[in-house]
Amino acid sequence: MLQYIIKRLLLLPFLLFIFSIIAFILIQAPPGDFVTSYIAELASSGSAVDQAQIDALRAQYGLDQPMYIQYFKWMGRILTGDLGMSLDWKKPIRELISERLLLTVMLGLFTFIFTWIVAIPIGILSATRQYSFFDYFFTVFNYVGVATPTFMTALVLMWLAFKYFGVSVTGLFSPEYVDAPWSWGRVVDLLKHIWLPAVILGMDGTARLARVMRANLLDELKKPYMEMARAKGMSEWRLVLKYPVRLAINPLVSTIGWYLPMIFSGSVIVATVMNLPTIGPMLLRSLITQDMFLAGSIILIYMALAVIGTLISDILLAWLDPRIRMEES
Amino acid sequence: MNQLPLLSVKNLKTYFDLDEGTVKAVDGVSFDVLPGQVVGIVGESGCGKSVTIKSVLRIVEKPGRIVEGEILFRHQPDDASEEQLIDLAKLKANGKTMRSIRGGEIALIPQEPMAAFSPVYTVGNQIMEAIMLHLPVSKQEARQRTIELLREVGVPMPERRVDAYSWELSGGLRQRAMIAMAISCNPRLLIADEPTTAIDVTTQAQILNLLRDLQQQHNTSIIFITHDLGVIAQIADYVVVMYLGRVMETGPVDDIFHNPQHPYTRALLKSIPSIRSQSRTLLPTIEGSIPHPFNRPPGCPFHPRCVDFMPGVCNVQTPVLQPVNERQAASCFLHHSIAEETLTAV
Repeated sequence: MLQYIIKRLLLLPFLLFIFSIIAFILIQAPPGDFVTSYIAELASSGSAVDQAQIDALRAQYGLDQPMYIQYFKWMGRILTGDLGMSLDWKKPIRELISERLLLTVMLGLFTFIFTWIVAIPIGILSATRQYSFFDYFFTVFNYVGVATPTFMTALVLMWLAFKYFGVSVTGLFSPEYVDAPWSWGRVVDLLKHIWLPAVILGMDGTARLARVMRANLLDELKKPYMEMARAKGMSEWRLVLKYPVRLAINPLVSTIGWYLPMIFSGSVIVATVMNLPTIGPMLLRSLITQDMFLAGSIILIYMALAVIGTLISDILLAWLDPRIRMEES
Repeated sequence: MNQLPLLSVKNLKTYFDLDEGTVKAVDGVSFDVLPGQVVGIVGESGCGKSVTIKSVLRIVEKPGRIVEGEILFRHQPDDASEEQLIDLAKLKANGKTMRSIRGGEIALIPQEPMAAFSPVYTVGNQIMEAIMLHLPVSKQEARQRTIELLREVGVPMPERRVDAYSWELSGGLRQRAMIAMAISCNPRLLIADEPTTAIDVTTQAQILNLLRDLQQQHNTSIIFITHDLGVIAQIADYVVVMYLGRVMETGPVDDIFHNPQHPYTRALLKSIPSIRSQSRTLLPTIEGSIPHPFNRPPGCPFHPRCVDFMPGVCNVQTPVLQPVNERQAASCFLHHSIAEETLTAV
């Protein structure tokens, strides 16, 4: 097991290197660069820019150099811990994204916990009571959950909260805490606000996860080892939780890897609608203005999270299923 | 030897209500198991052998249910020394009493040891679990007992194998480990559901010998289910021949093989290849095939394939199991004229 984890850890830097190249190619892919969109912006506001000025800007940002040199310069800075300056915001990127990143990870974590705590029991109960009222109720509920876009749910809930309770549920903080430094009061305030976006974001995933759990468990419940465990005199609940659930949960665990990036990108619309200070809207804006170092940093962080998530899910899978452990060693 | 039966199944009926109709998987089965006796239940696939023993263990899966009959078992409660005769068919399938009997007093040896062990827990873990469910022992004692059991059933290096997963063991070892699990709580009745079908013939003989030895050492009763008459001849004392959910014939193993009374038993015996038969001749088979469970023939279920079919009798009335001599019983109008219809009318 330890050997398996070490092997995976050694792979990490290599994966991150490949991903950083992909990230760089991705942010370079749209035609033009930051200066192009900057000039377009200036032109639309009526001021003209001459070619000398444009060239000076390009040279200043290093945009006149070949792509691979730009990449190595960028990587060089990142390896020393310097994410660079945002061209658009004219501020250090680290300063720009650190709080947003923290809030996004927290929101992701809460959504994840909500999703699993709700979906797994629903899946188990639906499978063990197949075709019961409970099962049918959650089948309908889950389809509605999957079919409704999350921003729609967000809008409806916000409207309901505003109309009937007179509260505005946007943002992650009360007005007095928005720009305040971190304190105990701010954390409590965050916890008071974060559950609603977490529930909204988790709705879709919960429904999906519950369906997958139900289907997996139904397959496992038919296996002969169930009959054998019953013949041993085990109580039904104990045996369901010990034997089939452990195998049925397996495919769900393997999705943990994509989970964090999915929450990041999936939350863009909800974050915009609910005015959440998360990283999604910032990525969107940086891509529009071709703020390449900001976009690159965010995409790189996404990728790092995906790689770490996959590592976590691989370790969990190996722990859950000894067959995977043996195969690797 | 105490000749009161340990288990007495009386007119057991287990039906499955499906959308297409009712499948009468077990339709009036009766047999006794005496203490220390090996009863072989033999029949073709789909004749209701497995459902019969699942009914005894009360693990028939939905939508199957016991609609009629009694399963009388001499239950030994944990506290009292006095034996109680209880009807398992009346107990709650997942109630405390039934669970204490299942695995504790009646244990199952399943057909496929590969699939019957969970792949994600060690063999030892699963055997220890069975022990700790029924006996008041600590985890350490359960582990010790597991190692001893594995040694008793002939697993080499039991101290190491206790931590192995089922997929790391060979077919024979897996079945031995299953047997260790089954005997772990000193059951009084072992139910072996075709325990040798999934393993090769040499290992099969070893497993049968092992079961025979264990049975003699502990004086355990065994219900042995198989479609293999050769296996029956090796291990059983008493034979129950089933066809389409009904008992065709019962009797001691020698009488069944040398003096079969029911045309179905005779036909089955004829279809065993013999070392003395001329080579390159076709093996006799039973005419026709097993009817679809929804299309059960009226009267005797075997009449469409029977060589002694009597029109107007066998396809109209259903024969019941009746003694034909001191030792054997058969349900066939060749031997008596008692029909189920006349019994229910009374």
